[in-house]
Amino acid sequence: MEENKPLDIDPLMMEFLLDHYKHPHNYGELEPAEMSYEDGNPSCGDQIKISLNTKNGIVDEIKFKGKGCIVSQSAASILTDMVKGKKIEDIKTISREEMLENLIIPIGPMRLKCALLALKVLKRAIWGKQFDGDDEDE
Amino acid sequence: MEQLQLSQSEIEKIREDFPILNRKINDKQLIYLDNAATTQKPLSVIESMSEFLKKSNANIHRAIHILSYEATLAYENAHKIVAKFIGAKSFREIVFVRNATEALNLIAHSFGERFLTSSDEVVLTIMEHHSNIVPWLILRDKIGIKVKFIKTKEDGTLDYDEAEKLITKRTKLLGVIQASNVLGTVNNILRLRDLAKSVNAKFLVDGAQSLPHIPINVSDLGCDFFVASAHKMVGPTGIGFLYAKRELLEEMPPFLTGGDMIREVTVDGATWNELPFKFEAGTPAFTEAVGFAEAIKYLQNIKIERILNYEKTLEKYILEKLKTMSFIEFYGHQKGEHLALFSFNIKGVHPHDAASFLNSFGIAVRSGNHCAQPLMNHLKIENALRASFYFYNTNNEAEKLFSTLEEANKFFNR
Ligand SMILES: Cc1ncc(COP(=O)(O)O)c(C=O)c1O
Repeated sequence: MEENKPLDIDPLMMEFLLDHYKHPHNYGELEPAEMSYEDGNPSCGDQIKISLNTKNGIVDEIKFKGKGCIVSQSAASILTDMVKGKKIEDIKTISREEMLENLIIPIGPMRLKCALLALKVLKRAIWGKQFDGDDEDE
Repeated sequence: MEQLQLSQSEIEKIREDFPILNRKINDKQLIYLDNAATTQKPLSVIESMSEFLKKSNANIHRAIHILSYEATLAYENAHKIVAKFIGAKSFREIVFVRNATEALNLIAHSFGERFLTSSDEVVLTIMEHHSNIVPWLILRDKIGIKVKFIKTKEDGTLDYDEAEKLITKRTKLLGVIQASNVLGTVNNILRLRDLAKSVNAKFLVDGAQSLPHIPINVSDLGCDFFVASAHKMVGPTGIGFLYAKRELLEEMPPFLTGGDMIREVTVDGATWNELPFKFEAGTPAFTEAVGFAEAIKYLQNIKIERILNYEKTLEKYILEKLKTMSFIEFYGHQKGEHLALFSFNIKGVHPHDAASFLNSFGIAVRSGNHCAQPLMNHLKIENALRASFYFYNTNNEAEKLFSTLEEANKFFNR
């Protein structure tokens, strides 16, 4: 890895995520839920469950529950904000890059899996494994 | 008279042997505290391999030409250096493999299939690294042996009373980690050996974490198997060894098969090469063997006893400090001997976040389950940070770790 490039995360920038971590948006679980999915990263124990209900093809309610590091949990908080009120179809095209951009702070390669877990869980909740953009081709 | 401790000035000198310790991470001096995962390499080890490649590289055991002769000699000599280092009776008892993991697989496969049947039991400790668990579980599923685990007590030491109950005349092998890669606990292997011997069970010692720090003599110890990896003891990756008593190696069938491990092959079958080459199929990592030999010379030059003494002092120093840090939860280090290896958490902070924070200050620690999930489950820890020290680490580096942990705590837990 090159020197002087952020290898990981600048702790001062984590500040932004810390807020989401301590006061997560859309925290909880919908019961009953039209769609839900739960997954984790076995290597670090991050766990996220997302449940949602739709109305006329639009995300009406969405909640997440989970445990793990700041990056994974705040990403879930941010992602659920992002998609609330959005057309289900539009979620299909949310790219990994878009997810990372919405985290505001640069995420180093060692933490990508944490940052992208919520997006994968959301896509799986809606479509199964089809569009989760998981790291098969990495 | 030679000091039994390494002095600060010696440590400073030693640090100059390790080029990587000069590296800056985010403009901060690297503080490398992930030695249990792999250690750094001194220049002599790095150069021994490049010299070999520049001057003597050729495949071993295969040709008449001088390069092949030199390479063969260097490779066989590396076996002798390992044998001497661990007190084996002969280099024929040293089998080179890729790493400790491969050595453990070799034992489970070759010893297991030749000597064990469905009524037999293998006893392990709950502290084992996955590499000394999974091969036995696979063997269990294949031939129906029973695998039992000696657990740890509240204080992080093995429950030797339980061990006495678990080890019976059905026990054919007792496999133990000498030093835990999670808790740093150094197990009482003499006591465990006596238990194994009292029922005539074979005794296997996983020395991956102990051999880099603790003087070992396998003949005095009387173990039947001992395994370790070069990369955890200032040597290169890609090479490790299995020590086994000669009588056992004679009886055990080959693990991998093909070139170099046979005496004679006809279309009807084959006979095996002499020890240890019977177990070293294919072109081995002879360049790395040269580096491994140099690594052992490097450690012997300093003396393992002095490394151990220095690290004991470091361990006490760190432990005393950790006890005063109320925002830290650390595991083990309550009773008995320990390596300068600590697993801990900042209360309320996920270890990945803490490790990221430390990393941005140039401090390399490990976070995760450390390939020892059964132990982590038993201790009810999901994940932890681990700082593992080696003889080139200093009190100053430990201080820097403490102050950065305090910063991290202030940052995350405000
Ligand atoms: C106690 C123990 N045994 C075995 C191993 C496996 O070593 P390797 O990955 O070099 O095969 C390790 C590595 O972490 C270890 O700590």
